Amino acid sequence: MSDFDPALEAPTDETGEKKSGWLGRLKKGLSRSSSSLGQSISGLFKKRKLDDETLDELEEALIRADLGVDVAVHVREALTKGRFGKEVTDEEVKSVLAEEVAKILKYSEKPLVVDASRKPHVILMVGVNGTGKTTTIGKLASRFKAQGLKVMLAAGDTFRAAAIEQLAVWGERSGVPVITRPQGSDAAGLAFDALDQAKREGYDVLLIDTAGRLQNKEGLMSELTKIIRVMKKLDPEAPHDTVIVLDATTGQNAVNQVDVFERVAKITGVIMTKLDGTARGGVLVAVAKKYWMPIHAIGVGEGIEDFQDFNAEAFAKALAGVAEGVVS
Amino acid sequence: MFESLSDRLSDVFGRLTKKGALTDSDVAEAMREVRLALLEADVALPVVKEFVAAVKEKAIGQDVVRSVTPGQMVVKIVHDHLVEVLGGGGNTDIDLNAPAPVPIMMVGLQGSGKTTTTGKIAYRLTHRDKKKVLMASLDTRRPAAQEQLKVLGEQANVPTLPIIAGQGPVDIARRAMTAAKLQGYDVVILDTAGRLHVDEALMQEIEAVKREANPHEVMLVADSLTGQDAVTVAQQFHERIGLTGIALTRVDGDGRGGAALSMRAVTGVPLKLMGLGEKLEALEVFHADRIANRILGMGDIVSLVEKAAETIDQQEAEKMAAKLAKGKFDLDDLSQQLKQMRKMGGMQGMLAMLPGVAKMKDQLAKANIDDKAIKRQEAIISSMTPKERKNPQIIQAKRKIRIAKGSGTTVQDVNKLLKQHQQMADMMKRMAKLGKKGMMRGGLGALFGGGGGMPPGGFGGPGGGFPPGGLGGPGGGFPPGGLK
Repeated sequence: MSDFDPALEAPTDETGEKKSGWLGRLKKGLSRSSSSLGQSISGLFKKRKLDDETLDELEEALIRADLGVDVAVHVREALTKGRFGKEVTDEEVKSVLAEEVAKILKYSEKPLVVDASRKPHVILMVGVNGTGKTTTIGKLASRFKAQGLKVMLAAGDTFRAAAIEQLAVWGERSGVPVITRPQGSDAAGLAFDALDQAKREGYDVLLIDTAGRLQNKEGLMSELTKIIRVMKKLDPEAPHDTVIVLDATTGQNAVNQVDVFERVAKITGVIMTKLDGTARGGVLVAVAKKYWMPIHAIGVGEGIEDFQDFNAEAFAKALAGVAEGVVS
Repeated sequence: MFESLSDRLSDVFGRLTKKGALTDSDVAEAMREVRLALLEADVALPVVKEFVAAVKEKAIGQDVVRSVTPGQMVVKIVHDHLVEVLGGGGNTDIDLNAPAPVPIMMVGLQGSGKTTTTGKIAYRLTHRDKKKVLMASLDTRRPAAQEQLKVLGEQANVPTLPIIAGQGPVDIARRAMTAAKLQGYDVVILDTAGRLHVDEALMQEIEAVKREANPHEVMLVADSLTGQDAVTVAQQFHERIGLTGIALTRVDGDGRGGAALSMRAVTGVPLKLMGLGEKLEALEVFHADRIANRILGMGDIVSLVEKAAETIDQQEAEKMAAKLAKGKFDLDDLSQQLKQMRKMGGMQGMLAMLPGVAKMKDQLAKANIDDKAIKRQEAIISSMTPKERKNPQIIQAKRKIRIAKGSGTTVQDVNKLLKQHQQMADMMKRMAKLGKKGMMRGGLGALFGGGGGMPPGGFGGPGGGFPPGGLGGPGGGFPPGGLK
């Protein structure tokens, strides 16, 4: 492989650095977003009266972070309580903002844990095109492998050109078998066979990739139900987790995506990718507020170590730009 | 989930009965709603502000045309301005007016759809414009990305530059240009790796590629589902490498597409193309009008019509039209219609595209009238004998029990279906009587109204006769009506 491979080249810091490393990376990833949101708030509240105009501007700052009008109004109301007309500092506003956001996200904090007794624990990855499903599976595979689990991948994206090869490369990197079929094959059949094989050979976890599909495409969505249906023939509990992968650059349509995928495929959790850009991923808050959906992890970079369990407080603080400890 | 702007504005203006010129205060109130509508459609805030200010200026003092409400007037002003902004910028197709081989460079974030769009453009230029096109993937980062373009090339019957492992993007670009010159290609499309606009190393790399290939077109491929960040992305790509056009992808999704307005407004770069599906042919020149409607939540009738044209079997439709003209409508026809409706994305899918129905869509979901009901009804019909389908009146108690058993439903379900069919058949008869002049004059309006199922009231209660009854309107109306 001549490819530049961030996953392999990035240092694996297992020693000591863990906490600061993780916070640092989140901070690094979110710093652009947080600092810009933080800055716009700082600009607003250098000791000024909390009046309608100020609140309007705060609301706008939130909307600019993709939190959506709903959540922005909600936070605005929370902030207004008992403070209207008073002098406030930007720190105060930021911490209330972080608090409110954290409150919304708190119940969603739930890492993706494999129950190895299921043999295999089946995880199905779904989402619209280009959100990063295949890459996320690749990262999860190395993570589970590092935990000592016996991992199998199924290249269920039989539609997109070279999606199978892409997953195969990830499998090679982490030394995990990948079940494949030629492009254009039936994804449900592949899922069935993969589950069958994983069961027979005693794998702990089976990660199934699927083709990206827009949630308003009826035909593609029913293909997804078929994948789930056939797996239930082998294991009525499967898939144990159905994870939707959301792209942080997506706007309010992410709420729609969760809504439809939830109805069709019974989503059990969310992973948000691409938080290392300038996108703020605020729509995650909107999703959490509307669906109380577990958020498993966020991706703040291309390396495997940039993929981390979701931490509501850290995310909220980073989003609001609150200074704390390592997050300076 | 979104109310359309016109619904909202009619609320605002509901209190206003006076006609005449729009006053300051009318407009100010309306603009708040416009602002919200744009924000909900993911238009970036700075763009929203500028846009609202411009519209406000246009609207104040504007005479309200007789026979429209002030609300409708404002919607029109907003819509027109939106089309103006979106559509400005001149040339809306790929510009090939340069010495061959004309290099086109595709750039964008990860997962925005660059490779697919590259394949689509190549397909279009090759098969529609009869150009000799070479594609080259400069994506040496993502596993199997070069492979992906190669496969797409095979599907599209467009040659791709042979992959040489270990070569960097600049070298590949150079090799592509040389090969194209030597082999007499008209166009070279360079598909670059997805990159973040803040990734300094990668932005430098793309600048180097640009210097090497000197592309005539630099297309930013952007996801129409992008949120507020669209401005930053477009602006930074534009500042760094100079864009000549934007290709909007996933326009076939149900996003509101506000990103299009944001990007157009901040960069001034024309929106040239839009991707409308997974197939290679699914690429169109940008339609400002359609995106404007979407952003304003006014539905997308054009899409609905296109989708109908695409999925409804022309011959079947004509056969049915002939039958309907005679006022006949049996259960086979109903089953046909149900099937076509499902093909069009089911009720939810169809309703989403109709203007002003967004609100009802929610009620519909609550009333639990879903696409499963359609399937169930199809099952009931397919449990009938051909004779029963032709003559529903012969279906009496025993037959009903058999049908219910056969379709896994209850006799009540069968009764409900028969009753609904009866209503539709009656309606068809009435329509046939109205004859040609009625159809032409009343158009769809007469169908919707006459059906009795479509008005908002009909959606409310569960089992309010909506599924087949109301949709007899669009279902029955479209094929013979205007869809060709």
